[in-house]
Amino acid sequence: MGLARAIQPLPLPPLADSRPKPTATASSLFLGSTRTLRPSNTFARTHTRTRSISSAQRRSAVAANVSDVKLKPATNLLLTKEEALEVYEDMILGRVFEDMCAQMYYRGKMFGFVHLYNGQEAVSSGFIKLLKKEDSVVSTYRDHVHALSKGVPARAVMSELFGKTTGCCRGQGGSMHMFSSEYNVLGGFAFIGEGIPVATGAAFTSKYKREVLKEADCDHVTLAFFGDGTANNGQFFECLNMAALWKLPIIFVVENNLWAIGMSHLRATSDPEIWKKGPAFGMPGVHVDGMDVLKVREVAQEAIGRARRGEGPTLVECETYRFRGHSLADPDELRDPGDEKARYAARDPITQFKKHLIESKLANEAELKAIEKKIEEVVEEAVEFADASPAPSRSQLLENVFADPRGFGIGPDGRYRCEDPKFTEGTAQV
Amino acid sequence: MASIFQGIGAATSLSSSTLFDSKKLQLCSRRSLSERKTSFVVVRAAGAKMDGGSSGIGGRADQLVTNAVATKADTPAAAAAASKPGHELLLFEALREGLEEEMERDARVCVMGEDVGHYGGSYKVTKGLAPKYGDLRVLDTPIAENSFTGMGIGAAMMGLRPIIEGMNMGFLLLAFNQISNNCGMLHYTSGGQFKIPVVIRGPGGVGRQLGAEHSQRLESYFQSIPGIQMVACSTPYNAKGLMKAAIRSDNPVILFEHVLLYNLKETIPDEEYVLNLEEAEMVRPGEHVTILTYSRMRYHVMQAAKTLVNKGYDPEVIDIRSLKPFDLHTIGNSIKKTHRVLIVEECMRTGGIGASLTAAISENFHDYLDAPIVCLSSQDVPTPYAGTLEEWTVVQPPQIVAAVEQLCR
Repeated sequence: MGLARAIQPLPLPPLADSRPKPTATASSLFLGSTRTLRPSNTFARTHTRTRSISSAQRRSAVAANVSDVKLKPATNLLLTKEEALEVYEDMILGRVFEDMCAQMYYRGKMFGFVHLYNGQEAVSSGFIKLLKKEDSVVSTYRDHVHALSKGVPARAVMSELFGKTTGCCRGQGGSMHMFSSEYNVLGGFAFIGEGIPVATGAAFTSKYKREVLKEADCDHVTLAFFGDGTANNGQFFECLNMAALWKLPIIFVVENNLWAIGMSHLRATSDPEIWKKGPAFGMPGVHVDGMDVLKVREVAQEAIGRARRGEGPTLVECETYRFRGHSLADPDELRDPGDEKARYAARDPITQFKKHLIESKLANEAELKAIEKKIEEVVEEAVEFADASPAPSRSQLLENVFADPRGFGIGPDGRYRCEDPKFTEGTAQV
Repeated sequence: MASIFQGIGAATSLSSSTLFDSKKLQLCSRRSLSERKTSFVVVRAAGAKMDGGSSGIGGRADQLVTNAVATKADTPAAAAAASKPGHELLLFEALREGLEEEMERDARVCVMGEDVGHYGGSYKVTKGLAPKYGDLRVLDTPIAENSFTGMGIGAAMMGLRPIIEGMNMGFLLLAFNQISNNCGMLHYTSGGQFKIPVVIRGPGGVGRQLGAEHSQRLESYFQSIPGIQMVACSTPYNAKGLMKAAIRSDNPVILFEHVLLYNLKETIPDEEYVLNLEEAEMVRPGEHVTILTYSRMRYHVMQAAKTLVNKGYDPEVIDIRSLKPFDLHTIGNSIKKTHRVLIVEECMRTGGIGASLTAAISENFHDYLDAPIVCLSSQDVPTPYAGTLEEWTVVQPPQIVAAVEQLCR
């Protein structure tokens, strides 16, 4: 009887929010990062704070920085005009493309589960525009814009969504499986978390090439994008461990949009501050305003630089928001339109960036309008291309199951099944 | 390159169907095939010599010998294998030899798994490799099967050729997500852009009182996954050959080893050889009944065969080796000759390899059967710890003898 009362669990934080005010730590290299921007009343959990700080000190890893809550105005020095327009164009492409996807879905041109990226463009453009072609990107089912940012042509992505043979995966992958060997987009995964080990493997290969195969200049980095829901998954933690253990050139980018379909991040996570999980594994954990592309880019620059120099992985938590539902099939009833949605809509990354470009004289209205018009044409052309493309024929059914089609085995007549003429027609018995 | 072993006895001939001939595959010259340049000869391994005197384990081995050991094959092809001097080794050493030769040959081949590096592998398959090739090529992973299997898959997509070891096949249940979703499917969902040339290997099967969870037969769980190949080795000769073939294959291959067979001894050729992943092995030609088996049950079958021969039966024993896909040519030819089939497997009754094989044979060779297909499998029970109970869960030689007598009535 007495024992039952001895240990009381900590009271659950109130739903409204629960983030403790973290203390300032040593200055960080991650200049763009900020503390929580959501209204918070302090919920004192001092013991967790000390633990995370001391473990960081022990490892001498850079813990998340703390700057004041006010957004620092980004400086012009971060971007040249050329870079700024490239980033702007990428964000517009992401937005217009996703809006077109919604239209096409409701017109019956694409089916199944389609997850749109509206509102999160700053994360994709902020990170991926810093990469080289040989760097890899691994994403989740919300992968259209990651593929576009990495360079996959819009027409290839749209065709894939329409299920046509000219799609980037020949129509065999669909919305949730965007792959490109040319641009090193390693997917596109339907189950959350299952892409993170694949990303870890790509980073491992980069290290292997440098150290075993002696390709001295191989400094390819890998970005793994995933959401707040995934940050509670075992594969996430297992890979944080391995990446830090072997100092793999990978950046774990958490796109924390607060909702995993209808599950609020705060209801699903014991400690909602995901960046804190980095230092626990021996890597820097950084929190950044994911609605501000310049801040994201600043943090990304440092994280990618770290990885390229062989200093190991980084965990970056981007606070962002999706303007649409989880997928086009999601009625999106649980998110309150009045408060949360409106607040984030006011921080639309594209509007913010446009304002900044004009105010800092990096571009004028006309140039930006021209970009918007150009992108509209690109996306419309992509739709036309996809519409005009053929659907896969039956002969495609059995191709690509195996890289070596002898894997279908030897038939009763003694020949390999793939030698059967019906195999290429897609009607062979395999 | 080492010379290719091509010694085949009179009993077998390299028919054009079994020889990998790049010209023949012109019909399906997809991107993957057009890059094929190697033309090594694939050995049609009929009647690999089995050494009955498996030794080296100690006291427990005596129990193993009476229960699971092979009889000396008396096929002519065995003589061919013995014609060159060769060298004698244990099965786990054969696996290691195959692995080492492939690592030597291609710097992209690497190993990852728990305790494969400094410890040398819990069954010593990777012993000595880490000092030779370094910690990155023979990677000791933390205990995170799902993640390091996924890591191997990601590495394979980017050009490496990893061999992922499950310390026990049962542990790979934790990696099922990666094996099913990524290993099997990624080549397809990426439209052929990424290939996954991984080899996933490890010991499985019912051991010596290892308890239920360490005695699992994962071949039955994995067999439905599209896009993977599964092979099971049973002798040092085919262990080395299949290991090399699996590593060289561009497909993901799961290589099933058996805990109780690691100490089997055999003399294998000195020359380099690679076996065919999709072929079955003729262990003992015969006339009366076709017995299809694989892995450890091969030895129970051969022991039963001794008894059957004494009783006047002439069983044909085929080690199917390729669990997915089945070699329906070898199997079919045998059925057309004997008209009776007995399948002896270690999988459980429900949904095992035997169940699939029964269906495949019924579909393809129904007209040639004189009797219903008999399938002897393990009981649908979790493997008990007690020795007596464990013995009764798997198929024993007396049951095989009884089944053949029943079938040949």
